[in-house]
Amino acid sequence: MHIDREQLLEAYRQMRTIREFEERLHKEFTTGQIPGFVHLYAGEETSAVAVCQQLNNEDHIASTHRGHGHCIAKGCDVMGMMKEIYGRAEGLCAGKGGSMHIADLDKGMLGANGIVGGGGPLACGAALSSKVRGTDGVAVAFFGDGAFNQGTILESMNFASVNQLPVLFVLEDNGYAESTASAWSMGGHDPVARAAGFGIKGKKVDGHDYFAVYRAAKEAVDAMRSGLGPRFIAIEFTRYYGHFEGDATTYRPPGEVRDERTYLDALKFFRARVTGGEMLTVVELDAIDDEVKTLIDAAVDEAKAAEIPNIDQLTTDVYANYSL
Amino acid sequence: MSIKSFREALNEGMRDAMLEDPSVILLGEDIAGGLGAAGQQDAWGGVLGATHGLMTEFGRDRVFDTPISESAFIGAAAGAAATGLRPVAQLMFVDFFGVCGDQIINQMAKFRYMFGGKATTPVVVRTLYGAGTGAASQHSQCLYPIFTHIPGLKVVIPSSPYEAKGLMLQAIRDDDPVIFFEHKAMFNDKGEVPDEPYVIPFGQARTVREGRDVTIVAIGRMVGFASKAADALAQAGIECTIIDPRTTSPLDEKAILASVEQTGRLVVVDEASPRCGMAADISSIVAEYAFSALKAPIKRVMPPHSPVPFAPNLEQAYIPSVADIEIAVQAVMRKH
Repeated sequence: MHIDREQLLEAYRQMRTIREFEERLHKEFTTGQIPGFVHLYAGEETSAVAVCQQLNNEDHIASTHRGHGHCIAKGCDVMGMMKEIYGRAEGLCAGKGGSMHIADLDKGMLGANGIVGGGGPLACGAALSSKVRGTDGVAVAFFGDGAFNQGTILESMNFASVNQLPVLFVLEDNGYAESTASAWSMGGHDPVARAAGFGIKGKKVDGHDYFAVYRAAKEAVDAMRSGLGPRFIAIEFTRYYGHFEGDATTYRPPGEVRDERTYLDALKFFRARVTGGEMLTVVELDAIDDEVKTLIDAAVDEAKAAEIPNIDQLTTDVYANYSL
Repeated sequence: MSIKSFREALNEGMRDAMLEDPSVILLGEDIAGGLGAAGQQDAWGGVLGATHGLMTEFGRDRVFDTPISESAFIGAAAGAAATGLRPVAQLMFVDFFGVCGDQIINQMAKFRYMFGGKATTPVVVRTLYGAGTGAASQHSQCLYPIFTHIPGLKVVIPSSPYEAKGLMLQAIRDDDPVIFFEHKAMFNDKGEVPDEPYVIPFGQARTVREGRDVTIVAIGRMVGFASKAADALAQAGIECTIIDPRTTSPLDEKAILASVEQTGRLVVVDEASPRCGMAADISSIVAEYAFSALKAPIKRVMPPHSPVPFAPNLEQAYIPSVADIEIAVQAVMRKH
């Protein structure tokens, strides 16, 4: 497996951008200026980044509640995302979607999704569309361990299998479906075997290791582009925050997140690996950290200062046309 | 122009759309029939035969059977629509919406709004509805009020073979998600249907007949029932206007209000359950905007608030009848 310098730099930039974006939202949410709910992706960066590195603009992804990372990795504009989360007119969805519905179809991003498991069928549809239109596009359904028990995901796996659709099913097992442990809720406790039951080849990978996720994603997407049908990856890691901001996370054992951050943090691992292997330098990585911090500062400042939607936008875009 | 059945009219509408646009695909349970089986292919053409022959003509890549997984394939139709196709998915009976409601109500209906106007989702969900075939409680509901309630969906309910073809082609060409209701007891109904493609615009009611005394607004199969009632009432000297909205979303409120302004009397005939149904909705619109024109209280003709029963006598008692409509019209005529 070869990953060139530019890809590594880009991977690090994206993972750092996601981390910074989420850490900053965690702080800003306490100010009360962000409406609604946010579900943070910090701790899960390898999945979005290593998977989306295998994709291009012809490819589509369907995301989850915890969608900020997927958006950033699929190329959504960070400024537009932040404005959307603040409910601003210039947000990526004109302030009508918010954190749970950020989408950018031009980038192949079919939306974060407020419904657990809602994206699986949509990814199947995008893959079906690529097949009928004769592009070599593939689709990715990201979903959590909670959604892995939803009918939509299981139906989608069967649908993709029998139609041999190029759909990559990515299980992001962060240990908790809201407050319920995946160790309890996943019958059989073997996600790869569950996928195999649908005739879908899969792999379980350590989500703290960018390189392991990259390798699994590349193998899967290469196979799908060769017409070998759907694939499955189960990625295990933890989320650094609650199900939503404001979740006291009393269901988690004390010290769990602290230990993860200390011993298993994906960005720390990445830095150690690429600098130890003399692929990238500490100076290069620190420079990216600074640039990302500046970017996120600017995004928050701009979002706070941006215009709110005009009230006449309340009833626009309900229909493409509603001729009466 | 020739005489065709409701079934044939639906088939022609879909065939015309497939001929004019290669991005139109059909998917659903048994819409061709026989996939993977050793016997005949294109065996069913859908449970009532509306898509028969289309797989043979257009191939399995454009007309394909799905597993019995409504969430997966209705949702896939939504995803395919948002990414360049015009899928027509068949939800075999609308009662089954219970297993895939999320993909219709929360996904396809809301993409455009949630994504700030940047998504276009030209998907049609065809579905069978209505009582009268002994299919009992889980295969006989109307449920169009539920979809009419959801912003972002358009809801189409053809009342004749002519409407079926023209509304189908419009539904497939339309850039919004459309729920297309086909009454299962109307598939053998016959009527004049042009051979060439034509569209019927949404939100434009059809005035089926004009009369000075009473406005009857009827939906779907009830339009035919209302016409029979109006024929009988005309013998007794009562002249009815019949309005067929054709689409409940968008709803042609203007046509309904204009007619009530002229007649001063309204009877709404709706096969859907009474609570929060179309009859209630249309009555409230008229009460709000044409109250001063009313010479008599509005009458609604609806089934009782019960599931659709199985026994034929109970089912017949459930469905609004021609006689029920006549009685309602006579009742509003007695008030001055």
